[in-house]
Amino acid sequence: MIPKLEVKDLSYSYHTPEGETRALSRISFDVQDGEFLAVVGPSGCGKSTLLSLLAGLLRPEEGEIFIDGVPRRESRAVIGYMLQKDHLFEWRSILDNVSLGPEIRRSLTGPVREELRTMLDTYGLLPFAHARPSQLSGGMRQRAALIRTLALKPDILLLDEPFSALDYQTRLEVCDDISTIIRTQKKTAVLITHDLSEAISAADRILVLTSRPARVRSVLEISFSPEYDRPLARRNAPEFSSYFNLLWKELKNP
Amino acid sequence: MTSPVLSEAQQAFLNRERRHRRRVAALRLLTFVLFLLIWELCSSYEIINSFIFSSPSRVVLCFLQMAADGSIFLHTGVTLLETLVSFFLVTAVGLAGAVLLWSSRSLYEVAEPYLVMLNSLPKSALAPLLIVWLGNRMTTIIAAAVSVAVFGSILTLYTGFRQTDPDKIRLILALGGTRRDILTKVLIPSSVPLLINSMKVNAGLCLVGVIIGEFLSARAGLGYLIIYASQVFKMDMLVMSIVILCLMSAALYQGIAWGEKKAGR
Ligand SMILES: Nc1ncnc2c1ncn2[C@@H]1O[C@H](COP(=O)(O)OP(=O)(O)OP(=O)(O)O)[C@@H](O)[C@H]1O
Ligand SMILES: [Mg+2]
Repeated sequence: MIPKLEVKDLSYSYHTPEGETRALSRISFDVQDGEFLAVVGPSGCGKSTLLSLLAGLLRPEEGEIFIDGVPRRESRAVIGYMLQKDHLFEWRSILDNVSLGPEIRRSLTGPVREELRTMLDTYGLLPFAHARPSQLSGGMRQRAALIRTLALKPDILLLDEPFSALDYQTRLEVCDDISTIIRTQKKTAVLITHDLSEAISAADRILVLTSRPARVRSVLEISFSPEYDRPLARRNAPEFSSYFNLLWKELKNP
Repeated sequence: MTSPVLSEAQQAFLNRERRHRRRVAALRLLTFVLFLLIWELCSSYEIINSFIFSSPSRVVLCFLQMAADGSIFLHTGVTLLETLVSFFLVTAVGLAGAVLLWSSRSLYEVAEPYLVMLNSLPKSALAPLLIVWLGNRMTTIIAAAVSVAVFGSILTLYTGFRQTDPDKIRLILALGGTRRDILTKVLIPSSVPLLINSMKVNAGLCLVGVIIGEFLSARAGLGYLIIYASQVFKMDMLVMSIVILCLMSAALYQGIAWGEKKAGR
């Protein structure tokens, strides 16, 4: 089976007048259709750089990215990208914020707008459709940011620590919500996180990176019995702590 | 948040605030009235020479005379027109210039030293040059006023554009946007507060430029009136022109503040 996303020998360096920073070194991995991959690694190792490359915001120096077997730049696939902060625009209402993608791609028609309203309704944001972002709580804002990302019907979702700006309790809830949404819509997702429990509770597989320049240290398969399907439930599963210890050791041992 | 029934302490706080605001308003008015009164009395009891220092009543009288023959409206109108035209030009050119500089890094790096130099140049030095080039016309005065404000305006707006959160720009790119989308959906909307601030500054600077221009070359306008009055020693007329200028600059500022409030909604 052709993987949804395939990364082959990807390397990247930043060039500044002060010098060269090698961020990624020969990274290879793949993600199957509908799979949820978490990426963990020491801070500053190059995780965000990896996502920027996948999102097409940076061009690989070496190596290749394939989507459905087609090179990234030729692929017509839509990639959704969600950042740590929600970056909702204060000068737009929530509805106008979530319409940003279709607006930019000139596909904001009546039915699309209606669909967005339905999505806002599904995630409990319809009463705030005409509110300003500052009137929403952190969790609600992050949900609005997810709807903005989903509005273009992406085939692949890239999430760069999307919950880390939230307080602990909201973070557990929003992570639970958002992972469930992504799973029910059968989206392929790559989630960056520095929170090991978050990675274990949300992902099917975890990619562990080394410190900078990032290389693939190991890949951890995560599977829970079906009654622990949601992230919040997984945290109570007996397997949880053994996965945690395994991951902890992977990151600690040089 | 606000509950329907205010607590006693909240009510007391609101009352205190209201009293404070009223007192400030009353004191402001009192200061003004007192100032006029002392000025008037000093000149009528000849403590100061009213021929040189004028007096509120003489200023009002002068205004009424010039209002009767309509000349004051001509002069005020000319200055206002020149100020408004140069203000709109500065705003438009400032925005266009900032967008142009943002669109090309090389262009910015080439133009930057020149802009900084022109911005720090005392613009009154340019006015005589403009008169020789453009002649004794309204165009000259508008050009002088534009030259006072436009370089600073370009640099301010450009700096604002550059300080936009790079992640917001990445967001637009990730959604498939182009540089044009970045400009229209992020840079310009996020720079609106900056734009309004720079407009407030520009309104004042344009007025300065117009007056400098009218000092040097004009047959009408408040600047012309001030120079004329000082040459023929009509101090009432001079003071009256200054008072009208005060009112005009306050009105311009309030106009922009009003626009800001409307735009905010
Ligand atoms: N625009 C840039 N120019 C130069 N160096 C950069 C740039 N962006 C990132 N770097 C460097 O590249 C390295 C990897 O950065 P990156 O943001 O990908 O790490 P990260 O794993 O996402 O870090 P964090 O855990 O802090 O989010 C860092 O050492 C950083 O200093
Ligand atoms: Mg990062």
